[in-house]
Amino acid sequence: MVRYTGAEVQRMEDPRLLTGHGRYVDDIHLPGMLHGAFLRSSHAHARIRSIDTSAALALPGVHAVFTQADLAVPDVAQSMNQLYPAPVIHQDITQHPMATDEVCYVGQTVALVAADSRAIAEDALVLIDVDYEPLPAVVDCRTALADDAPMAHIGSENNMAGQLKSAFGDIDGAFAKADHVFTGSFMQHRGGCHSMETRGVLARDEPYGEGLTIWSSTQCPYLVRRALATHLGEPEDRVRIIAPDVGGGFGPKAGFYPEEIVIPVAARQLGRPLKWIEDRREHFTATTGQRDQQWDLEVACDKDGKMLGLRGVVIHENGAYMPYGALLPFTSVTPLPGSYAIPALDVRLDIAFTNTTPTTPVRGAGRPYGIYAVERMVETIARELQIDPAEVRRRNFVRADQMPYETGAKLRDGMPVRYDSGDYHACQEKALELADYAGFKARQDAARTQGRYLGIGVSACIEDTGVGPYEGTTVKIEPSGKIMVRTGAASQGQGHHTMIAQIVSDQLGVQPEDIMFEAADTGKFPQGVGTIGSRVTANVGPSSFDAAGQVRETVLKLAAETLEAAEQDLELEDGEVRVAGAPDLKVTLGELALKLAPMSGGKIPAGFSPSLEATSYLGSSGSPVASGSNVAEVEVDIGTGEVRVLRYSVAHDCGNMINPMMVDGQIIGGVVHGIGNALFERMIYDEQGQPLTTNYGEYLLPLASEMPHIDIVHQETPSPLNPLGVKGAGEGGTIPAAPAIVAAIENALADFGVVIDYYPVDPQYLTELIDAAGAQAAE
Amino acid sequence: MADKREITVTINGQAQTAEVETRTNLADFLRHELELTGTHVGCEHGVCGACTVLVDGAAVRSCLMLAVQADGHEVTSVEGLAAADGTLHPVQEAFWKNHGLQCGFCTPGMVISVAAFLKDNPNPTEADVRSAISGNICRCTGYQGIVAAALEAAETMRQEG
Ligand code: FES
Ligand code: FES
Repeated sequence: MVRYTGAEVQRMEDPRLLTGHGRYVDDIHLPGMLHGAFLRSSHAHARIRSIDTSAALALPGVHAVFTQADLAVPDVAQSMNQLYPAPVIHQDITQHPMATDEVCYVGQTVALVAADSRAIAEDALVLIDVDYEPLPAVVDCRTALADDAPMAHIGSENNMAGQLKSAFGDIDGAFAKADHVFTGSFMQHRGGCHSMETRGVLARDEPYGEGLTIWSSTQCPYLVRRALATHLGEPEDRVRIIAPDVGGGFGPKAGFYPEEIVIPVAARQLGRPLKWIEDRREHFTATTGQRDQQWDLEVACDKDGKMLGLRGVVIHENGAYMPYGALLPFTSVTPLPGSYAIPALDVRLDIAFTNTTPTTPVRGAGRPYGIYAVERMVETIARELQIDPAEVRRRNFVRADQMPYETGAKLRDGMPVRYDSGDYHACQEKALELADYAGFKARQDAARTQGRYLGIGVSACIEDTGVGPYEGTTVKIEPSGKIMVRTGAASQGQGHHTMIAQIVSDQLGVQPEDIMFEAADTGKFPQGVGTIGSRVTANVGPSSFDAAGQVRETVLKLAAETLEAAEQDLELEDGEVRVAGAPDLKVTLGELALKLAPMSGGKIPAGFSPSLEATSYLGSSGSPVASGSNVAEVEVDIGTGEVRVLRYSVAHDCGNMINPMMVDGQIIGGVVHGIGNALFERMIYDEQGQPLTTNYGEYLLPLASEMPHIDIVHQETPSPLNPLGVKGAGEGGTIPAAPAIVAAIENALADFGVVIDYYPVDPQYLTELIDAAGAQAAE
Repeated sequence: MADKREITVTINGQAQTAEVETRTNLADFLRHELELTGTHVGCEHGVCGACTVLVDGAAVRSCLMLAVQADGHEVTSVEGLAAADGTLHPVQEAFWKNHGLQCGFCTPGMVISVAAFLKDNPNPTEADVRSAISGNICRCTGYQGIVAAALEAAETMRQEG
């Protein structure tokens, strides 16, 4: 009787958002509210000798100016807590909510002005006089670990923030017996967050000592609660975090930021609500993102291109501080060796401090780097051995009959990396068929006769999704007969309300419209984790399914007593329980709810508990691993270096789909994000650590006019790790995009022997490569 | 004190008179003075298109226009697009059906831009639509649902005449 799960249900969220009735942080106006603006470091590295705020304070309309010393926190010398401590971290340096005596990147918080309006607050910022003593800055991660590099932090002996390694199998033996060893050396650059809504924080200290209420555009309200309460030394229940509508997250909104301490503390000191909304320039320097990784790899293979071992070293640009532990570095190497069964691996990653904005995960986290790296080596083998790249993949894929498959690598918690299910061969064949891979040669030849250069590129990926430990749901039948569903999981546009409503309405025989939904408010649901790592469907899916299932059981048991019928004769449909064959014998869900919620003097039926509700924290028993194969077809203008993506085909497997329309939306949005990484998005710093790309004229995002139509075909290999058979889908579009695009560009330029060792592949870089490869000579 | 002027603007069919600072842009005026928060601000430098509204029927970036410049003009924001009885505009309806939005932040600007475009271009190709919305950035959808929505809305509007 499944009616909604698996169907393309139109989203419950949309009518509100389409008519301008969303409620994002900046839409909330509180009585008496003041507005904040931050003074941020203009230096990549400097000592602060003094800060004079007197002129700013004297400006009419300014209520207060705060520096770190002015904050009423238990210990102003305390820096922010490490969110994810790990033994691989050598120098656990986090920033203070506002700088004390040193700034280590442009954009670091130095002071806050609170004023009657944002405009006045910004007027006051220029009146603050900071006496900086500039210090040498380290910017390029490739030289940051050299002996003569400037130190990113005063007092450090080197810039090594941490080091980690992923290794298994007999790596020396693999290389000793190899027919071929190929090397690859390349830099990868992934851009920033660029959610269309910037970050924002609004805080109010509730009267009568009821604690702080904070609205933040966060992906992880419970993490913010934990971190803020810890910093303030207060019980978590005195801090309520609400993530209202959030305009995109993509990872960088999953952290805990200085503003999330400073704004609440200042609001409390002012006795007035205080709002700060990040402007777009701030977003470029104050919101974390991803940037550079330098990879130097060697692959060992036999004469048929079957990979035997992979080894090498990675340098990771960490930025100035480590707010987010080593999660980004970890997720860069743990996906190795991707979709392939490679018996031996040895990859070390060095985490380098630089005087740039800290890095944390962006859509896919480190996985796009790791997958790109292994895909590059596959392409190298194909090129060197003159084997079709799709065939090299076929020869190396983990086979369906090997599932569940342990790669040999270990997760952060020391558990083995295990692929639960999937059929990578079949998935790739679907992608090749969708892309008409077989017909490409003819298209390429035809184009070449017109002087046009077409190329095709294939990629494959795995994605570990649904990381635990839980994301709970409460399902409650109200006396009105409506269903109230609450979860901690925050949405930044994924459509959680719709997904959960589909699952719950099937369980309870109601319409999705009957489901009321509240999420991401720590005052409404006791505990949660957050929306990261494609984890919500694989965690909230099972918990809502289970909670609704428990309620269903109670409903049927109670209805059986009420109707004096056997449970197996009952039908739950249209919001009521009926006795099969006796349509008049029925009771509504609302009536049943009332039976378990009597008022004074009433009685709860024996064997039942008050309130017709259940809470479940059921998740997935392990990480469901999604997979996919992509094929990109591009045209390269060899004169200008411009790359146009003509066609893009995706075969994706995220297990069973709750709402295929929303899955497609995740995949397409993810692919476009990945194409942006491959071709456009570049956060540039000069040698002094000054950011050069801080608006959307300088930093290019993918636009509709540049994007291809994306074709998708799904393969549904259920995950055995949860009762719905689902896997996450949020990042599987992004991860394989850059390797497919880059392979396609190389394929288009095969005549020139162009090998790409950097992305984003912008026109200038590409023309340089073409020129260097002797394009002239080839003409 | 900041320079202030009194302005009268017709917003979604209603004349509104207010005193504004001359430096206040139209987006901030709508959002913070009138509490019409449907119009979003994504970049404040004229690139993202989230703040697009109609001024005298033409699509305008409200972050690049001062509120005082709207004095005496007619502004339609996303709140004014649906019919008075709540019936969605064909463009809104098509966005809903074609999954043309995820987080909804670019959506008001997108919907307004598409509505303005279709008024002048009732029979666009996919390439026309992609070019028409190339001044509106969406980080979530990859644009495909938006393009499909615009084409479907064009069809509906042609039929409705
Ligand atoms: S906010 Fe006006 S164009 Fe971006
Ligand atoms: S729907 Fe999120 S930016 Fe477009």
